[in-house]
Amino acid sequence: MAASAPRLGQLLASTRSVASCSRTLAAPTCSASPSSLRLAATLLTRGISSTAAANKDGDQPQGSLPGHPTSVFLTSLNDSFFDRVKPKTLSGNANAQGGIPTYRLLDGVGKLLPGVTEEMVDIGEAEAVKMYRTMLLLPAIDVILYNAQRQGRISFMMTSYGEEGAVIGSAAGLDGADEVFAQYRESGVLLWRDFSLDHYMSQVFGAEDDLCGGRQMPVHFGSTKHHFHTISSPLSTQIPQAAGAGYALKRTKGREGNVVICYFGEGAASEGDFHAGMNLASTTKSPVIFFVRNNGYAISTPAAEQFRGDGIASRGPGYGMMTIRVDGNDALAVRSAVKAAKQKALEEQRPVLIEAMTYRVGHHSTSDDSSAYRSKQAVESWKQMDNPLHRMRNFLTDRGWWNDSLEEETKAAHRKSVIEAMGRAEKKKRPRLSAMFEDTYRGDLPENLKEQRAELAALVAKYGSLPGWAKELEKHAQGGKDMEQYLESQK
Amino acid sequence: MGLAEEFGRDRVFNTPLTEQGIVGFGIGMADMGHTAIAEIQFGDYIFPAFDQLVNEAAKYNYRSGGQFNAGKLTVRSPCMGVGHGALYHSQSVEQFFMAVPGLKVVIPRSPIQAKGLLLAAVRDPNPVIFLEPKILYRSSVEHVPVDDFTLPLSQAEVVQPGSDLTLISWGAPLYSCIEAVNMLRSPPASVAKHFPASTRNVNIEIIDLRTILPWDRETVTKSVAKTGRCVIVHEAPVTAGAGAEIAAHIQQNCFLNLEAPVQRIGGWDTPFPHVGELFYKPEAVRIADALVKSLTF
Repeated sequence: MAASAPRLGQLLASTRSVASCSRTLAAPTCSASPSSLRLAATLLTRGISSTAAANKDGDQPQGSLPGHPTSVFLTSLNDSFFDRVKPKTLSGNANAQGGIPTYRLLDGVGKLLPGVTEEMVDIGEAEAVKMYRTMLLLPAIDVILYNAQRQGRISFMMTSYGEEGAVIGSAAGLDGADEVFAQYRESGVLLWRDFSLDHYMSQVFGAEDDLCGGRQMPVHFGSTKHHFHTISSPLSTQIPQAAGAGYALKRTKGREGNVVICYFGEGAASEGDFHAGMNLASTTKSPVIFFVRNNGYAISTPAAEQFRGDGIASRGPGYGMMTIRVDGNDALAVRSAVKAAKQKALEEQRPVLIEAMTYRVGHHSTSDDSSAYRSKQAVESWKQMDNPLHRMRNFLTDRGWWNDSLEEETKAAHRKSVIEAMGRAEKKKRPRLSAMFEDTYRGDLPENLKEQRAELAALVAKYGSLPGWAKELEKHAQGGKDMEQYLESQK
Repeated sequence: MGLAEEFGRDRVFNTPLTEQGIVGFGIGMADMGHTAIAEIQFGDYIFPAFDQLVNEAAKYNYRSGGQFNAGKLTVRSPCMGVGHGALYHSQSVEQFFMAVPGLKVVIPRSPIQAKGLLLAAVRDPNPVIFLEPKILYRSSVEHVPVDDFTLPLSQAEVVQPGSDLTLISWGAPLYSCIEAVNMLRSPPASVAKHFPASTRNVNIEIIDLRTILPWDRETVTKSVAKTGRCVIVHEAPVTAGAGAEIAAHIQQNCFLNLEAPVQRIGGWDTPFPHVGELFYKPEAVRIADALVKSLTF
């Protein structure tokens, strides 16, 4: 770590200067590097000299992305999409300063950017409030389950810190029947679709009523009712599967209005299955939205060591795919980009790539201490300067749709319901022991599995009283007694 | 041939050249309840899709508690030697998938078997890898019913009943097994001295395993319990080949009936060579030699 310390320091410094610039862009007192200042000055000049028509069109760049100074913000949805490799289109447009621009509606403090109209945001009170409430539920779950893991009450946990806007924003842009293929940091989509906290906790605790049979690690959710295909640990495997599902959807009568959305991180986009899935979806003209959460890190690997191109968005046109980069911490921009992407996917029968730029505020998982490879200070300053929750809260507050007491009430209510659901799940039994053999195959259990089930039944009958075994058997539904029916008389 | 013209380009179509993509795409279609019949051009090229088959297709039903499954996926692929296929147009890959709970692996030996087993594979509610011995594509001819019919999976077939030795194989080498039995009966004069008179009129039971996973333990153990001797033949290398699993099961379940060690005849533990295929594959004479060893033990 010592060797990389100076570089980290430099990164941090540059991040901050850009950050402070982006945050205070509205005021011309930006203490940043000379180039950033030049950029800001240019923007301001353009802003002043531009006509009202240009503002209405919303194609004026509005600051740049933290940590990605070549990507300026555009507020024009149509100008933000591109699908061909041409010097100008790959740079978004003349305003893009050489990098792919980032679509954004809100500034860093939740105000509409200049030129952004209510019509462009296109959201009512009920939906906006539901979005924010669901965004707040994520950290409520995260903090409680993270601590539960630390106390050894669950085996594993992955939080969503920092990505609440990207996940909930995208979920809000979809219909509840759109098919979801996720990586693992998108449980917010399920919560948006009113997946119950009891089912959530039952999965995490491997309880008897877990929809997935208590077989997978925590946060590997799945629910047919919510069109949320069961998560698996191998990265990117869901990408070509989503392409196939999109193709099937296209051929299913009555599902013409639905698309598939496939989530993955920028690290997973380095897998071969990313290439396979993107290319297949494009050549088979399948209505799939590929949604990349570019949060800067794949466990300890910074994005700079993941790729050398302009993020993941630059790859879209190489596959002939309609592409957009969006500010992942602007939940409303994510929502509108996903809505537009869905419309394009259905109208044009083709996949769309969305790269949501965000930041993984939490550790990768409970098995990771991210301070080993990035400073706690960097994380803190990111939380302060570009926080999806703060931005959404300010947006709501400005409209009179939210206030401090609602904030406190909601947080308290979330905390209470999460703790209660966890308490219920913790008391539940695990699935029957014999269920371990079931579902390997659909249909009859093959002979080898029948033999092995009988073998375990004999072992349990013989050694079930061992203290270690007895304690574990006690946790299962029926206390392991279900195995008795599979005992075979000794040959 | 002609399927695209008959059923349309949206049902019979080309994919980009990506095995992991083909299988992943097929899983996605199957997951949505559509029947997906994917083809991998050669079994040798199924390995880029190994992750999708092993970690995904095989575990889809189990990991989701039966909520989602890839059961409507069938992956067809040509397999085994073809005379000059060398390293990457000759491999037998069944043993790699035999170790994967959740998958079914099927290999037919003839046109009737191929049709009946393939239809069963397509309709089976589990993901099936269907390996087609490509040397038989044009050489094996028989009258195949044009009507719809299926043959059961996980059921071996006793091709020729016998009482003195059980000879187990699948796919193309079954024909070498039949040749070997004939050679034993009337060996060529030049090598006749290696075939003692006592071995020439024995009754050998030939079993076509047909399904490699989950395989038919009952037919196999019943046969070996009766004959007391067993030779297993496959084209894949011997070490950790499917024969190892079958032999281990036989010694555990037929220990008191065995009159001789179970023998395994396969490819050598080398890559599949270009020249020298005759000496690499389990040819009739090698199998006949193993039969003699077993019968005279």
